Amino acid sequence: MLALSPVGAVLMTMIVGAIIFWAIGYDGPRAVEEMFFTPVLAPYKWPDVATKAAPLILIALGLTLGNRAKIWNIGAEGQYLLGAVGGAGVAMLTQDYTGWWIIPLMILVGILAGAFWAGIVAWLRNAFGVNEILSSLMLVYVALQLLNYLVSGPWKDPNGQNFPQTAPFTASQHLPAHAFGLPFPVGLYVAFGLALVFWLVMARSEYGLGVRIVGDAPKAARYAGYSQAHAVWSTLLVSGGMSGLAGVMEAMTQSGQLNLGFPSGYGFTAIIVSFLGRLHPVGIVLAGIVLAISYVGGQVAQTVVHVPSATAGIFQAMMLFFILASDVLVRRRIRIDWGGAAKTAGARS
Amino acid sequence: MAGPNQVSGAREGAPARLQLSGVTKRFPGVLANDNVSVTVKPGEIHALLGENGAGKSTLVKMIYGILAPDSGQMFWDGEPVRIANPRAARKLGIGMVFQHFSLFEALTVLENIALGLDAKISQRDLEAEIHRVMELYGLKLDPARIVTTLSVGERQRIEIVRALLLNPRLLIMDEPTSVLTPQEVEQLFETLRKLAASGCSILYISHKLHEIVALCDTATILRGGKLVAECDPKQENPRSMAELMIGANLKTIARPAGREFGKERFSARALSLPKHGDFGVALDDIYISVRAGEILGVAGVAGNGQNELMEALSGELISVDADTIHLDGKRIGRFGPTARRAVGLCAVPEERNGHAAVADLTLLLNGALTARRRMGFVNIGLISEGKARIYAEKVIGAFGVKAQGANSTAGSLSGGNLQKFVVGREILQEPAVLIVSQPTWGVDAGAAATIRQSIVDLAGRGCAVIVVSSDLDELLEICDTLVVMNLGRLSRVLKVGEVSIEEIGLLMGGVHGDPSATKEMTEALVAHSI
Repeated sequence: MLALSPVGAVLMTMIVGAIIFWAIGYDGPRAVEEMFFTPVLAPYKWPDVATKAAPLILIALGLTLGNRAKIWNIGAEGQYLLGAVGGAGVAMLTQDYTGWWIIPLMILVGILAGAFWAGIVAWLRNAFGVNEILSSLMLVYVALQLLNYLVSGPWKDPNGQNFPQTAPFTASQHLPAHAFGLPFPVGLYVAFGLALVFWLVMARSEYGLGVRIVGDAPKAARYAGYSQAHAVWSTLLVSGGMSGLAGVMEAMTQSGQLNLGFPSGYGFTAIIVSFLGRLHPVGIVLAGIVLAISYVGGQVAQTVVHVPSATAGIFQAMMLFFILASDVLVRRRIRIDWGGAAKTAGARS
Repeated sequence: MAGPNQVSGAREGAPARLQLSGVTKRFPGVLANDNVSVTVKPGEIHALLGENGAGKSTLVKMIYGILAPDSGQMFWDGEPVRIANPRAARKLGIGMVFQHFSLFEALTVLENIALGLDAKISQRDLEAEIHRVMELYGLKLDPARIVTTLSVGERQRIEIVRALLLNPRLLIMDEPTSVLTPQEVEQLFETLRKLAASGCSILYISHKLHEIVALCDTATILRGGKLVAECDPKQENPRSMAELMIGANLKTIARPAGREFGKERFSARALSLPKHGDFGVALDDIYISVRAGEILGVAGVAGNGQNELMEALSGELISVDADTIHLDGKRIGRFGPTARRAVGLCAVPEERNGHAAVADLTLLLNGALTARRRMGFVNIGLISEGKARIYAEKVIGAFGVKAQGANSTAGSLSGGNLQKFVVGREILQEPAVLIVSQPTWGVDAGAAATIRQSIVDLAGRGCAVIVVSSDLDELLEICDTLVVMNLGRLSRVLKVGEVSIEEIGLLMGGVHGDPSATKEMTEALVAHSI
């Protein structure tokens, strides 16, 4: 039942979405078709889907660790931005260099920057008991301001006609969008590889067991020698690092620079991916692809059926709603108590 | 005092207060009650006995209207009746005192009672009514006090008063004495006898057999959902009733006579902890010393710091000073649970679900929970499923845990079976020191005997054992020495066999919330002993 509920959630999203868009005057079934089926059936859309799936999967894998421990990182978007900022910082310093070491260095600094941003959340929670949901979310907006400041100030491209953007990355700072002879970005392969690693960690490792128990039964976790503070640190640092990795790879593959258009919403959408994927690495890979399809399909539906640009977001939100609702309903049973039972014995006394 | 036997005897001609006839209740996969017939006479104290899972709770829930029987009939005062819900049960005159109280800690006794009533009564009338009931049955309780400040015994009295205000004609008591001192138990029995003498029937659920011998007129014994015997406890003894309950001969705990203890293996020295939260208890200057082969019992009414003591000893709460806890000469006060396990200290906390075990995890992983390092399951950070499976199966086999296998979840096991698994998991790690809290709490007689025997055997192999329990009979059965915990402090060490129940009861806090009665009893004891 629980494994099937994501499928049900996606189906419900399609049905309810079609009805809603029909009710407000669009061709609802057609919108759903363009949104969910066109990107799958048209091979030329696959690279697009892969490009969007890669960061979603990477971020969602990291978030899943925390979600299992019930440590909620809502600010992956901010950590994703910091990853891009970190990578771009290295790019600024290595404009005049070439060499194989630049790419790994950028990626490493991106990961560390994302982890640092999430580390602030962990520190606040452990040192002062600050709720991680609030602090991580607020840090997203700090990250946005930081990005704004950097691209309009110190890192602004001197040859950029005063646009708020950095200088373009050099060839030594780029990752190929078509890796291994296929039209898919490097990030997708990294995401698949890391999904395997996360599966091993979650299913087989001592650490993965601990993370799960910290979330399910905090007292048992303490009894078994797993510390809550350690789980807060490790899950936030890992999810921050994964978000940072997604951010820096996105910058190095897609935009090739840092600009005000960089924020993507991947960090928020990845929360949906994590839950739709049932907090399981294999599920996350599938859910990441489904959500990427909805992004690409959203654009198709926008041009073909002329639905508004917010459509993809509405469908994604419905998916989260239905997956959470089905979790509640699968575990519980609705019983209506009409309150008439008291009569039976009352008549006797 | 008036014997309840005479009362029920005098009303032999009247119709039964409650009669169940051929009641059956089936749950998916289990026949919880199979054709059970019980008759409770007016003014009778009727014991309902059985192991966990024998169907006692199901039967009581049907009487109180929480569950509906699949078939069979119920008669109230001789007339057929169907009880649809607890409110209907209360209207008939059925009251129930649950094992777990439902009280608001921050409200007064009076407010709590008012909240639990179906009918609206003015505060003045209610107070008068409460005083009348307390007067009548000799219950001592101040209606103006806040519940937080009350002892467990006093809290139970609130529930009893609440039930008595409805002038019940049948009162159901579910395991009422598990949290009381011996003195409080005696007070409760007096109240119940008075109540029965006034004509109210009492259905008394307990697994403490000597209490049933002392209190009850009739006992109905259930096993596996079926009624197996109805007897007069006065004609039986605790052992014979236990054997009826488990349907087999009861094993006596075998303990070699003239045991000698080795040198000290475990000690706590000047261990103090500040209190945590509003309802926590501070530990105050605790000294404990246990030798190889010794079983030390920690007695006391629940909530006097036993949980805090467990956490401080097991390492869940780390001490500020390494010197406060020693194991085989090593100073381990600053060690966490994993490090303490590594040097040989294993612990079983009181709560099975969510503390000693995780319901959603398989037994295989629940075994790995504490055994993973000591038994070498972990290799480069990964848990070897094969080794963990072998260990879980070994525990299941050695302790007779009824489970489908290592892959069944902890939540699918009955309480007694899970407890056997949890205790077995620690014992098979062959610890140097075992600290176990409430080893047989809520566990049936057969499983309890297995667990107690395994603890005694472990001590026989040279392990130092500390058993924290609020079941005094259990401690007296398996322990060599005893300390009593009250308000976060430990008494001096008492030798089992040389100490009287009364003395232990007084150290437990005597009659809680009633200083004059405690003083009286202390004086009486002192007068006797000198």
